[in-house]
Amino acid sequence: MDTPIIEFERVSKIYQGGAGPVTALHDVTLRIAAGEFIALIGPSGCGKSTLMRLIGDLEQPSNGTVRIKAKTPDQARRDRDYGIVFQSPVLYDWRTIRKNVELPLEIMGRPKEQRHQRAMELLKLVGLGDFGDAYPHQLSGGMQQRASIARALSFAPSILLMDEPFGALDEITRERLQLELLSIWWEAEPRPTVIFVTHSIPEAVFLADRVVVMSPRPGRVQRVVEVNLARPRAFETREDPQFFALVTEVRECLRATETAG
Amino acid sequence: MLPVIGLVAALLLIWEGSKLLFGISDQRLPHLGDIVATMFTRTQGGNGPLLLVQMLINAWATLRVAMGGFFIGGLLGFGLALLFMRMPILERGLMPYVIGSQTVPILAIAPMVVVSLGRMGAEPWVAKIFVAAYLTFFPVTIGMLRGLRSASPQSLDLMRSYAASSLQTFWKLRLPASLPYLFASLKIAASASVIGAIVAELPSGSSEGIGVMILNAAQFYNSRPPALYLAILVAGLIGVVFYGLVALAERLIVKR
Repeated sequence: MDTPIIEFERVSKIYQGGAGPVTALHDVTLRIAAGEFIALIGPSGCGKSTLMRLIGDLEQPSNGTVRIKAKTPDQARRDRDYGIVFQSPVLYDWRTIRKNVELPLEIMGRPKEQRHQRAMELLKLVGLGDFGDAYPHQLSGGMQQRASIARALSFAPSILLMDEPFGALDEITRERLQLELLSIWWEAEPRPTVIFVTHSIPEAVFLADRVVVMSPRPGRVQRVVEVNLARPRAFETREDPQFFALVTEVRECLRATETAG
Repeated sequence: MLPVIGLVAALLLIWEGSKLLFGISDQRLPHLGDIVATMFTRTQGGNGPLLLVQMLINAWATLRVAMGGFFIGGLLGFGLALLFMRMPILERGLMPYVIGSQTVPILAIAPMVVVSLGRMGAEPWVAKIFVAAYLTFFPVTIGMLRGLRSASPQSLDLMRSYAASSLQTFWKLRLPASLPYLFASLKIAASASVIGAIVAELPSGSSEGIGVMILNAAQFYNSRPPALYLAILVAGLIGVVFYGLVALAERLIVKR
């Protein structure tokens, strides 16, 4: 592997809860290469969201070190290395869709012309070219989530953090957005590293280069499954026998974590 | 418009109907027609302006005081909310006094304020605005504080991921997110400031304002009941107008 863009070295995260300390993440060591698409999967309470939040400097580790491009996560955040997409779109409802996509660029002080142009470019990319002047509540959930992806990509961050971004969508919209996300990611130049948290096994296998299977109480990495399906992936990939074999492998792995715990 | 007309018609019916049904005397509940008629009687023994005109002139004086108090009290409430948001320790320390200040009846405080500010040589309107502001700042403090804290944790996480400064987070997230809460409390404050202005007019010495009109009409109630009803109606009108102005501002400012 080349020099990793994300490096976890024996990282633990302990929360001081009302009922005593809770270990959310225990002794995680993980290396992720630039441009990789990584899926984090596991039952609730396995620390997959915590892992993502540690990368993005939204939480700090209790033990061990996290390095992003050989920097601290805090430095990486100040360098605007992260684009984040949550399960809910978190659009600001007093801004139009275009103004929402422009928000990060506004904060980074980019000139108005450039902001406008970049926002329109991204809205076209996610299929919302005609909806720039609409307000968020006028759009469907799937469209709002597309806008949220456009916003995360607006400043071309090198790392894209996605926390169950399609978790609230119906199955049909969800499969379409998976394909769209893959093609956006595949064509982006430079291609961002994606950390994608999910609890859907087919979603993880379909999207990722590697699936990190996690187990709960305390949260730790159980196994990393390599997904050697050809890219670019297409609708037919989901009907490939190899796809089924990998889905089964991840499923078995998840079941093993249950019986072990 | 239709529901408004329907409601007015229903009120007319209840008013006159209950007079008829329960035999309520004109002394206790005058005919609506008589109230309308007093609007067009001349004041000052037949040489002054119409009573309605006099009432409206005084209402305007009250509205001006209410607006002044609303503005000052609104700024104070806004400032306190900002202070409490930045320093929660201060909130815990000061909030009991803020709440206490609102529990003391305004009727007890107003004369004290009017008399002591008057002794200090201040113009009468200063004391009136003070009382109006006193009733205004509280709902604004509470509403604004709630609004400033209404931004979701995830929307704040986003700001953090953009490495936004706290000033940017305030202008682009906290403040716009607070506006619906701010306007809800400004609407309450608008009518509270009118009450404050009227109450401050009641202690002796005031020469203008709808509060003075209410006092006068009450003194002559035995000989002329409709005048008091008219004064009360006009006082209500001030509150409605002020509320409407705030609601209009909200529609112009809050986009979604």
